[in-house]
Parts: sequence; C-alpha cells; structure tokens
Amino acid sequence: MSWFESPKDAAAQLSGAGYLTDAATATTTYLSGTLEKPLLVEGPAGVGKTELAKAVSRATGALLVRLQCYEGLDEARALYEWNYRKQLLRIQATGPDASWDSLHDDIFTDEFLLTRPLLTAIRRDEPTVLLVDEVDKTDVEVEGLLLEVLSDFQVTIPELGTVTAVRRPFVVLTSNATRELSEALKRRCLFLHLDYPDAAREKEIVLSQVPGVADRLAARLVDTVGQLRELELKKAPSIAESVDWARTLVALEVDDLDDEAVAATLGVVLKHASDQDKALAALRGHGSR
Amino acid sequence: MSLLDRHIGFVEALREAGLPVSLSEDLDSVRALTSLGLADRDAVRAGLAATLVKRGTHRPTFDAVFDLYYPALLGRGSPAPSPEEPDADSHPGADGRSDRVGELREAMTAAMLAGDQQSLQTLVVQGVTELGEMRGRPSGMASWSSYNTLQQLNADTLVLRLARALMEGDEDREPRSQDLAMLTATHRVDDLRRRVESEVRRRIAEEKTPDYIARTTLRPSIDQVAFTNARRSDIDEMRRQIYPLARRLASRLAREQHARRGGPLDFRRTIRASMSTGGVPVTTRHRPRRPHRTELAVLCDVSGSVANFASFTLLLVYALREQFTKVRAFTFVDDVHEVTGEFRPGADPEETLTRLAGSARQASRWGRTDYGRALARFQEGYADAVGPRTSLLVLGDARSNYTDPRVDVLRQLVDASRHAWWLNPEHCRQWDTGDSAARDYAALVPMVECRNLVQLTEFVHDIL
Repeated sequence: MSWFESPKDAAAQLSGAGYLTDAATATTTYLSGTLEKPLLVEGPAGVGKTELAKAVSRATGALLVRLQCYEGLDEARALYEWNYRKQLLRIQATGPDASWDSLHDDIFTDEFLLTRPLLTAIRRDEPTVLLVDEVDKTDVEVEGLLLEVLSDFQVTIPELGTVTAVRRPFVVLTSNATRELSEALKRRCLFLHLDYPDAAREKEIVLSQVPGVADRLAARLVDTVGQLRELELKKAPSIAESVDWARTLVALEVDDLDDEAVAATLGVVLKHASDQDKALAALRGHGSR
Repeated sequence: MSLLDRHIGFVEALREAGLPVSLSEDLDSVRALTSLGLADRDAVRAGLAATLVKRGTHRPTFDAVFDLYYPALLGRGSPAPSPEEPDADSHPGADGRSDRVGELREAMTAAMLAGDQQSLQTLVVQGVTELGEMRGRPSGMASWSSYNTLQQLNADTLVLRLARALMEGDEDREPRSQDLAMLTATHRVDDLRRRVESEVRRRIAEEKTPDYIARTTLRPSIDQVAFTNARRSDIDEMRRQIYPLARRLASRLAREQHARRGGPLDFRRTIRASMSTGGVPVTTRHRPRRPHRTELAVLCDVSGSVANFASFTLLLVYALREQFTKVRAFTFVDDVHEVTGEFRPGADPEETLTRLAGSARQASRWGRTDYGRALARFQEGYADAVGPRTSLLVLGDARSNYTDPRVDVLRQLVDASRHAWWLNPEHCRQWDTGDSAARDYAALVPMVECRNLVQLTEFVHDIL
C-alpha cells in the first residue's frame, strides 16, 4: 500500500489534517512513504517535527505509536519484555505435577509478552505511524537496536523467533541535534531539515491554529517574529511560540500589537532575559523614528 | 551526457565537496528520482536533498552543487519580458547603461522590500546577463564575474536604500526601527549576493563543465572554513554555530563520563539492591567518580590576522565554562590585558564579541605583535593566574615580527602549569616560515593545528 499518491497529494492530505507544509516537506514525506524508508526530521525546537508525525497519522487514519527517547532507555522499554510476574504466577498455579517441557512452552508465549512501542508498531497489520521522538537523547546502544528494526523491520525474540513486519509502518524520527547521530542510522533514513517557515506560510499557520485572531494582527505578529529571528538570539522564537503569542493576545483581547502590548507579552515568545532585553532595545525606536 | 552520467557526476562532485555520500544513499536518490519524475525542479531538489544530505551544515554546499548540475535555466533563459528591456538594448551608450543599472537597482530594491523571491531571481539573471559579462577574455578563462555585477549594482548602497525603505514602511508594512531595518537589509542584500554568485557559477559552468566549477569555486561547509580566510558572512554563521557546538560537546562529554563511571563499590547500596533478588547481589552498585575539573588560563593573540580565531575559541571555552572550575582569559598584541570580566553568564555572544574587540586596543601598545614582550608582561602582571592546577592555553600564530620570542619566559610558564597547549590557526606547512617562531615554541609546548570549527571542537573535547 502506498501512503500518498504524489507530493501534491501529501501536501493536500496533511493540510487537511491541519498541518500546512511547504513543497520540500511534502515531497520528502511522500518519498518516505513510497520508498518505505524512515524519515529523520531535524530542526530547532518548536517548528513542528513531532506534529508532522501526528499529522501523517491523522491524514491517513493510521494509529500513532510513540516511542519517547530519553537517556537510559533500554531494550526492555523500547522493544519488548517478558512479564515475569505473570510467568511466576503461572508456575506457582500449575502445581508440582506439571512437566517442565510443557510449562516452558507455556510461559514463553504471546500471553506473557509485554510489547513495547517498536514491537507494537511492527506487529500491527493495520496502518501505523511510528514516532521515535528525540532520538538524539538515547544512548548509542539504542541506536544499534533501532538499526535492526528500521532497516529490515524485524525483531528477533530468542524464545519466539523472528517477528517480521506484516505491514511496514511509516517511521518518523525526530532530533534536536544535541549530538550527531551515527552515520549508519542516518544512511538508512531520509533526512528533512525543518526550518522556520516564510512569513506567508507562518501567517496561514497562525490563522488556522488560533481561531479568533484578526488577519491584520496575525500579519503584524508574524512580521515581528520574523524581525526577532533576524536578531541573534539565544533561542529564536519558533512556530510554537508564534501560535502561543497569538493565543495570548486573543485571550487578552489585544487587537493591535503596539509597543506596549509587545513589552507586556514578550515573555511568551522569548524565554531568556538577555534575549528580551536585546529584542526590546531593537524594537523600540518604533515610536522615536 | 545521459541523465545517469549527469547524476553520477553530481554525486561525485558532492563527495569532492566533502559530503559523505554512500552507495546506498546514491541508490536511494535514484529511486527517489524515479518515483518523483523530473517535471518539478524543486521536487527533484527536495528528493535528492532528503536522500543525499544528512546534515544541516552540508545543505548550502548541496544547493550550490545542485544549481550547477541541474541549472534552473540555460543561457539567459526567457525571463518574463519586462517593458524596459528593449529600451535598454536600443541605447548601448554609456547613459543608457547607467540608466539600466539604475532601473535594475530600483527593481531589485522593490523585490527585496516585498520579499518576492521569484522576481528577485529573475532580476538577478537579468543583472548578471547585462552587467556580469567580461568581454574579450581569451577562451579558456572564465568570462563572467560576480565582482563586476555587484560592483556595478553597488551592493553596499543597496543596503542603505533598502533600510531606508524598510524604516519608512507603507500600508502593508509597519515601519521598522533603524537597527532592525539595517539588520534586515543586510541579510537580504547578502542573499542577493549569494544569488548573484550562484548565477555566475551557473553561467561559467555552461561554458566549462560543472565538474570544473565544482572543483574550483565552491566553498567548503561552514565547519571546514579556515578561521584565517573567513568572510564576514562566514564569521556571522560561525558565531551562530558556537552555542549549538558547545551544547553538543557538553552532552557528548556528559555521555562519555557516564560511560566511564563506576568508581569503587558502594557496599550499602549493593546490599540494599540484593534484597529484591533474595540476598544474592546480582547487580553491583558503584559510587560515582568525582568528575575532574581543571582550571584554565587562556592567553590569546588578538592582532588582526588571528583575532577571529581567538574570539571563537574564547566563546567556545566560555560556553563550556561549567566543565572547568575557573577560567581566566587574557588577550595580547604586545601588551597583556585581562578580559575575564567581559564574559558574563547568559550574555549575548554578539555583544561579547563586540566588547572583546573594543578591549583589544588595551592589549596593544604599539600595535605590532610581539610575543616575547607579551609573555614577559603576562609573567610580570598575572603570574598568579598560572599555578600547579592550571592548564595554560596559548592561542596564536606565533608570528612575532622578528622580535625576541622569549622562549625562557614560556618555559617558566609551562613549568609552573599543570598542562600547556598552543593552538595555531595556521596550516602546519606554514609554521616557521617568515617571522613565525612556531618551532621554537613548539619545542616547549605541544602545538596543535586548529584551522576550523571541526578541529577546534576536537581539541576542546580532547583536553576535557
């Protein structure tokens, strides 16, 4: 089965799911579906990396299986684990007369297997989107584990044999680039660098995400955020911040983004004190032109 | 040349430009092309980028090579006919030409003001066609010049003009403050510059082969650009890279310290953990090892030739300051000045660099680099900065204008410190040529070549 018909179709379906893409994102998403290769999305925080996976699942009606990565994530949390408590109960419940062979066969079955996200995604025969979030947070060993899963879409469980995907899931990996991923993992993925959108698209996003925001205010807001991004800030505002800002302004019933409103609500957009000082200093001068 | 040959040439050029493209990625890209078709150039670009480029920093190089091998148009193309064009052709005289330049400038400013990428590109093609050609060059020499084009367009005054327009604003746009307007204008004109350069590369590639251009004119990706011949735009880009770099380095260090942990056995916690396995100590617990942190004294040459290198290294060191117990920084030209105070936690890197540049004047008495004098002054004034727990880091090209290098002072400093390193931003081929005293110093201190961000990162990682 193919996920999308063409890049255009991908763009249309994603925007139907509330995710406005640019041409490159749509093309790469389409390719990822067609070539059945995992999609590695990198970019600054808050540009919609995770949201892309969610949008694909909404657009295609597939179930989203999410693996949130963190330092110390291991096989037992990512792949599968035997439910040893239940196995213990089973052994105690059979009594002394049961033979070891039958018991052994009995306790290593599906019933006692706890599937974790990776195995879940591979075993499903319905369309599935597998989201491996913040893959750069994991240790290198987990990357090795991902390699087997993502290149052949199979998992070997010693007691059960090899489980091969009936239907390949659509895999999205996101990364904030806090460390370089291994070349081997990158080679198996398609790479997409998501960046801040251009003003027109960002305005559309704000308008679609925040009901009740006036067209003029949205344009003004996007323009200001664009200016902020040109300053060299520690953390430039991303789409998530623009949307939050629009929500804040709507909630405060501010309908014009004048100096006063900017100064009062800048905390929504910039989260570092030095950034705020710099931005205010640069934006001031509006009045004293 | 068949499409496949072209593609293979393209991949070869990418590899030559420093992108690690594997065979399997190459195969993927061909598969991607097959399923995308060739009708839409942007889709082709996106498809090839997704399969061949796996690192954000490589993207500009990829785009440049892509434009060479899959150019958007041939020759001067057939840009949308503009009403002025026949006019300009019929006035070949000097007046007509300057009028034409004026019109182009006008139109480009308008396009940049509106942020209209498409018409800007069309204008760039027109501009290069009309202004960039160098007639009468012997065959075999490049006959297009981005320098000519930009010179005639007078790119620097375009910035001012655009900034003024941005400050005024109009019905669609709010007026901007002066600083922001200048900033935006500079960015947009830089973009124009890049477009002109890439357009010129395209025109030359038509006459020569793309392979030729890819070999001779493409710039390496930003982490490979040498500090000593970085342009202004490279420097801005490098400065933006410093903090992500420091963050990556810090997380890599944390991870490696994590892997090396496992100090002496923690008896109490091991026994406690064995409770859950019936008293059998299946897993042992260890006390965390105390992380070792060094004191650092950085001594930087900030004379013109190596100033960039010094400031990047300082920024990187300061971004990593929680890895050290204490950092003290000194700059010198022929006198020494302490700049430790210029680095405040949470300060803005751009501002810090400006302040550093300002304080460089205090490090110089006669303005001619004199390593011997600077070292002696350092030892006189700041001997307390170097102690048995200090690592001493000297940054500079060791070019001392033929003055006495005062090797004896450096020897005393090295003896007083725990470790010492010398980072030299020159290629090691150039060490000890001319007025360089590199070999004299290298006999005392391990001297490390450090020409670009990659080498700098590796070095900082190794000393931690």
